[in-house]
Amino acid sequence: MGARLNKLLRQSWRMIRQLSGDDAYERYLEHHAACHAETPPLSRKEYFQRQQQQKWSGIKRCC
Amino acid sequence: MTNNKIFQYIVWAAIALLGAAAVGGIALNRGEPVNALWFVTAALCVYAIAYRFYAAWIASKVLLVDPTRATPAERLNNDHDFVPTNRWVVFGHHFAAIAGPGPLVGPTLAAQFGYLPGTLWILVGAVLGGCVQDMVTLFFSTRRNGRSLGQMARDELGAVGGIAALIATMLIMIILIAVLGLVVVNAMKHSPWATSTIAATIPVAMFIGLYMRNIRPGRVLEGSLLGVTLLLMSVAFGGWVDHQPMLHAWFDHPALPLAWAIIVYGFAAAILPVWLLLAPRDYLSTYMKLGTVILLAIAIIWLQPTVKMPALTQFTDGSGPIFGGKLFPFAFIVIACGAISGFHSLISSGTTPKLLSNERDIRMIGYGGMALESFVAIMAVIAATVLDPGVFFAINSPAGVVGTAAADAVAKISSWGFPVTVEQMHGLAQQMGEATLFARTGGAPSLAVGMASIFGSAFGSGMLALWYHFVIMFEAVFILTTLDAGTRVGRFMLQDILGNVWPKLGETSWLPSVLLTSGIIVAAWGYFLYIGVIDPTGGINILWPLFGISNQILAAIALCVATGILVKSGNLRHAWITGLPLTWLVIITSSAVWEKLTSDDVRIGFFAAAHSLSDKLAAGTLPSTKASVAPALIFNLQLDAALALFFAALLWIIVLDMLRVSMRHLRGKPVPPLSEAPHQVTQLEEAAWARD
Repeated sequence: MGARLNKLLRQSWRMIRQLSGDDAYERYLEHHAACHAETPPLSRKEYFQRQQQQKWSGIKRCC
Repeated sequence: MTNNKIFQYIVWAAIALLGAAAVGGIALNRGEPVNALWFVTAALCVYAIAYRFYAAWIASKVLLVDPTRATPAERLNNDHDFVPTNRWVVFGHHFAAIAGPGPLVGPTLAAQFGYLPGTLWILVGAVLGGCVQDMVTLFFSTRRNGRSLGQMARDELGAVGGIAALIATMLIMIILIAVLGLVVVNAMKHSPWATSTIAATIPVAMFIGLYMRNIRPGRVLEGSLLGVTLLLMSVAFGGWVDHQPMLHAWFDHPALPLAWAIIVYGFAAAILPVWLLLAPRDYLSTYMKLGTVILLAIAIIWLQPTVKMPALTQFTDGSGPIFGGKLFPFAFIVIACGAISGFHSLISSGTTPKLLSNERDIRMIGYGGMALESFVAIMAVIAATVLDPGVFFAINSPAGVVGTAAADAVAKISSWGFPVTVEQMHGLAQQMGEATLFARTGGAPSLAVGMASIFGSAFGSGMLALWYHFVIMFEAVFILTTLDAGTRVGRFMLQDILGNVWPKLGETSWLPSVLLTSGIIVAAWGYFLYIGVIDPTGGINILWPLFGISNQILAAIALCVATGILVKSGNLRHAWITGLPLTWLVIITSSAVWEKLTSDDVRIGFFAAAHSLSDKLAAGTLPSTKASVAPALIFNLQLDAALALFFAALLWIIVLDMLRVSMRHLRGKPVPPLSEAPHQVTQLEEAAWARD
């Protein structure tokens, strides 16, 4: 029971981080290591700035 | 048949029966008070049935959704904008993008017809129109590498469709921003508490922007949590300001200076870097919105408030105080985003298709996302109709209709059969921490009173004023986000267009071009906002229907593109799934424009109002305050008429263009080819992490 609850809590926390974009940089690093290992990855700050700039260059909000 | 199957049949039959009973109960009830829980039940059953059967049928039999087909996110994965993403995350992003203040404001205004028209249209319009539009647009865009609606219109129908989509998008943005600005102004006028709270959200957002950029880069949750705490504190801060005589005077302003403040703010926000204001406030507004909507749902289910508004009011005849116009077509126009919103097609053909990891999630994200938005609209209906109708009309009727003096207003409203007294309104205003609640047209304040009374009775009525200003703050925060984001998008579009004339103007980072194009966009919506504020009948009466018309015309354009694609892909048999809502939208928008142009009623017809005003001006019967603004109002009415006519022309051009392309295809003549990307088998199937 305790173990299952623990797992559920951990999964929910992972979901919340993913939904909010809190873990975006970690996922970027994973992807980078898997696909573009030959180049150095962006720093956390650079990555976040690039994502933010890109996010707001299109239509992101409705009525 | 297995036991499991039989069980499923029984469950779905029960849901269908319960839904039918709830809808029937709401629709046929006359005079008896209705428990708000019936609205929630009716809505949830309708969405469940539609999602399980209609949406599933469209996905598997009409669109032929193919789970083995690689999506653009997988094929073009650049870990930048194309990224295969967990479907719940995509759902969250999609919903956060489509859900704005529209579904809260529209249904509140439409409640002047009674609770029934709005409720029925929100349910029927969503499951047969809005959800279908969002889903098919998402599907077609996914099949076309995430192309935008404008690009799809150009590829599939021709240049005319593409240009129409672009122009419609830009105009709707301008009208939308103006009307939302007006909603905020009406909530802030002579309310130091609301004004200081909303003002405080700006430095809060900037601080969070700096925090997330420099102090703790990319720590989104941490920054948002801090920001939400500060926002809640700013509500309390506003209450404190309200009690300091000097600060009180600083933040106590009539509508016009507040409108200028919004215009200046809008210009600043459009040229400031996104990280400083727009991005952080967007995080905050998303959390506030989700939190408030969930809280409201819990409170409604827990408290089960009674709906006091009658099913239908006498205002279905067109004489309503909030906006003029008969039930048909105006109920379908003013509800706007809660039933069907063209704006969503821009999101469904924007970021969402680039994140989708499997086609089978299209139903959940496209159809399900809109169903949830429609549910928010149902809750707005409940929050508006649990108020005493007299109170609802007192808050929402502009002074130009019921009179400026409180005694006149209550006498007039009571004479309609909705009793309300000055003491009642005064007591309510005092409870909410406001000097007055009269003539706060626009939906936000009455929604806030409704929600505050629901929250108040659920979580303690000692804090009514805090709840009221919390709701005002929460609406203002995401209205301002829409305002910033919309101005910025308008600027990009304008730069794109002007870049064709002079390439230098098309450079999005060239400061003179940024200043010029931002200035033009802000001036455009600022003009409508200014007129809306000086208009004694409230401005909402003109602007909101105009916004509804333009938003639904954009929806009609999206449905035209979808219908054209269905016909061209040999699916004429099923083209009615988009053809049916399209036909309805063409009927309601065309009749609304027709009435707006030809009606003799000065509260409906633009020309009638312009003539009546210029006659009065010539005869010298206008009081001097009104005479001074009359020429501007007359010009504006003529401009609105031209705009409405232009919208209708745009609609008919694209509908006829779609019919032309479809007829040519059916006759075997050449048409622009389908622009679907070639089939490629997905490799993601074993990588289950991307989905679950």
